[in-house]
Amino acid sequence: MLYWLVGIIVYIFLAIGVFFNILAGLGLLRFPDVYTRLHAGTKCTTFGSIFICGSVILIGLRMWLTNNPDNGSILTIHTAIALIAILLTNPTGAHAIARAAHRSGVKPVGAVIDELEGKPAKNAPRRKKEVAKE
Amino acid sequence: MNEITTFLVVLGFLLLAVVIALIRVIKGPTAPDRVVGLDTINTIVIISMVIFGAAFRDVIYIDVAIVYALLSYISTLFIAKYLEGGEF
Repeated sequence: MLYWLVGIIVYIFLAIGVFFNILAGLGLLRFPDVYTRLHAGTKCTTFGSIFICGSVILIGLRMWLTNNPDNGSILTIHTAIALIAILLTNPTGAHAIARAAHRSGVKPVGAVIDELEGKPAKNAPRRKKEVAKE
Repeated sequence: MNEITTFLVVLGFLLLAVVIALIRVIKGPTAPDRVVGLDTINTIVIISMVIFGAAFRDVIYIDVAIVYALLSYISTLFIAKYLEGGEF
């Protein structure tokens, strides 16, 4: 009974994760702008990867508790570590790309003014001091 | 449906998502567009490795996925720093 229920939940999680990953691809193709494309491509893949890793973790827990404890425990713990790595690195990389796009002069579609124009970067004085020391 | 067959169907749909993101990488008008596409492809490849490891009950794919996640993060940070035009 529990075995069957876990199988159904795994299928549902896989469907949700695949749906959101394909939505990420479609958003990358359809949105007009770097920032909106970043929004689609990063958020949707993070959300979908949570569900797909969750389904693999459920399969590993089922293996751990029923027939194959060694392989199941390794599958569960390593998938959890991979999920944590994705959750830590994906938004940070997206923030770095957005900052680089803004600093390299890409404007959003339909933008009239740039409110961050002319504001100094946060670490600009430190860089100047390093140059002066050299 | 068999469990391995389900996982392979899921891998086919993820391949479709990779192809759609690759169109953006080839078409993209500016350089940040291409970097965004590559970042998305990296995440989907990590997920595909996890699914492959679960389908064939082979844990080495998931270890490779962890290392791939960290290395792709570092490469994305370096490309962003290069686009920004600052020194390292």
